[in-house]
Amino acid sequence: MLPAEFVARCKRHRVVLSVVFLLIFPLVMPFKAIAVNILIYGLFALGFNLLFGTLGLLSFGHAALFGGGAYACGIAIVHYGAPWWLGIFAGLLGGMLIAAIIGALAIRTRGIYFAMVTLALAQCVYFVAYQASDFTGGENGLRGIDVRDINLFGLHINFVDPLNRYYVVAAFVAAALFVLSRILASPFGAVLEAVRENEARARACGYDVRATRFVAFVISGGFCGLAGALQALHLSIVPIETLYYQTSGLVVMMALLGGMGTFFGPFIGAGVFLLLENLVSLWTVHWQLVVGAAFVACVLFFPRGIWGTILLGRAK
Amino acid sequence: MDGITPDLIILQLFTGLALGAIYVLLALGMSLLFGMLTVVNFAHGAFYMLGAYIGIVLLGIGLNFWMCLLFVPLVVGSLGLLAERFLIRPLYGRGIDYPLLLTFGLSYMMVECVRIVFGTQGLPFDTPELLQGASDIGIGYFPTYRLFVIGVAAMVLVLLWLFLERTPYGLIIRAGARDPQIVRILGIDVGRVWLVVFGIGTGLAALAGLLAAPLQGASPEMGNSILAEAFVVTVVGGMGSLVGAVIAGLLVGVVVSMTSLFQPEMAQVSIFALMAVVLLIRPQGFFGRAGLMS
Repeated sequence: MLPAEFVARCKRHRVVLSVVFLLIFPLVMPFKAIAVNILIYGLFALGFNLLFGTLGLLSFGHAALFGGGAYACGIAIVHYGAPWWLGIFAGLLGGMLIAAIIGALAIRTRGIYFAMVTLALAQCVYFVAYQASDFTGGENGLRGIDVRDINLFGLHINFVDPLNRYYVVAAFVAAALFVLSRILASPFGAVLEAVRENEARARACGYDVRATRFVAFVISGGFCGLAGALQALHLSIVPIETLYYQTSGLVVMMALLGGMGTFFGPFIGAGVFLLLENLVSLWTVHWQLVVGAAFVACVLFFPRGIWGTILLGRAK
Repeated sequence: MDGITPDLIILQLFTGLALGAIYVLLALGMSLLFGMLTVVNFAHGAFYMLGAYIGIVLLGIGLNFWMCLLFVPLVVGSLGLLAERFLIRPLYGRGIDYPLLLTFGLSYMMVECVRIVFGTQGLPFDTPELLQGASDIGIGYFPTYRLFVIGVAAMVLVLLWLFLERTPYGLIIRAGARDPQIVRILGIDVGRVWLVVFGIGTGLAALAGLLAAPLQGASPEMGNSILAEAFVVTVVGGMGSLVGAVIAGLLVGVVVSMTSLFQPEMAQVSIFALMAVVLLIRPQGFFGRAGLMS
């Protein structure tokens, strides 16, 4: 457990702290590719965490939001020749659009239903993308998202260079962190927590619980779509597996490992997960067993996750 | 629509019922677990997959298919008992999401263990000799094995119904589902009831996996996609409702087989379209109680 005063100070400057960390991070990481992955999945987990950690809605369909963003970005670039920034914008919108569609249906259900319905709807998106192979490349994934050079108001950045790539992605992540921090600090953020803590009371106070959930789901879709778009640019291909339910599970694991409902938790979770995956796969191909066991242990013994446990100590 | 005769449609209906029978077994287990324990079992697909693989092991040591029908659910159900006792029991009372997350992690581990033991490639699973070929069902020939699947599911349904409605043990289970507190006050160890229910639920999933294996073979991933479909069935039928699980299971099976007759590429999507419609009209499902889930 950390002293409360220190925690409070960190909380006030959380965005600045994150940006400083993002700047230093690649210099201490031996593998730049993993650093970029950690950023992208961290952002993905951030979007998920807004829903589960802050609002208390467990979605098992976030692959559709992440993959939807990736496909929207890829399709804009491959089929319509959009520049990179438009691709990222398309990803953001794509994630929000799919979130709006899934959200409109899934919000009608509550509690445990929500996890099942989001999972089923996300599988539906997967099958649709699988069938629409003219547009999405079907089974082979969407290929040819070739962005080598990023033109920023006349300033050319070589996107192939790993360090440049990292900083481009980090810039978007920093912006997303700032936006999220503002959302959480806003009255809307307070309503999200109120709905999580006591739905009946929030409703009695005059808040429209269903609309709150819907808006939060769409915002979450924006973050996840942005992460997906960055992933598409990073990999220069969108594999169909991006949409599969395993991806949804991945982000649930990351968010829980890091610490649900904490600001830095999602990034720590994504980092620990990906590093664990990389280290374990050095000596066995069956890394899923180790990661699964770590996750089960985390649910059983550290339900607050790594960062949550550091902040608050172990739960009862 | 050339070549689609009424007979063909009826045959396809039977195919749908056979598929539906497998959904029914899965969804029954899932609904039992949810209705009694309020556990959403994300490892249900993994137990289903395990059913097929334990079947292969038992056939390998010389048992025949008929014995497998009995022993596979027993073996996998015992594993389910262990999972409940050591992993899920500590989580009761800690919020509904935790058992769900835990079983998700558990399914990850189970799939990977099966990959380690049996390899990542799928394995073939022969239809038992007696059930090969087709039988005449009046309007045409229909694969015997699929008829058999329907029959087994019907039998399991009857047995389960008798067990729950006509035995003292079933009475305790139903009482425990309605109000565990009172049952506990009456001096019954509810924990043990839940343990047994978990064993039954996972055993049913294993039986479904074993029955599905001759139709599609066994692969470590076979439980993944069927998990989402089983969710659709439980959501459409109404969570916690056994009647709902049966009707929705058969309905989903028939919808899938009918769309694969008329519009094959839409078959997978049709399930989810059905769920979307049901959710819009009746969010709690056919037989779900409104407000149960909050």
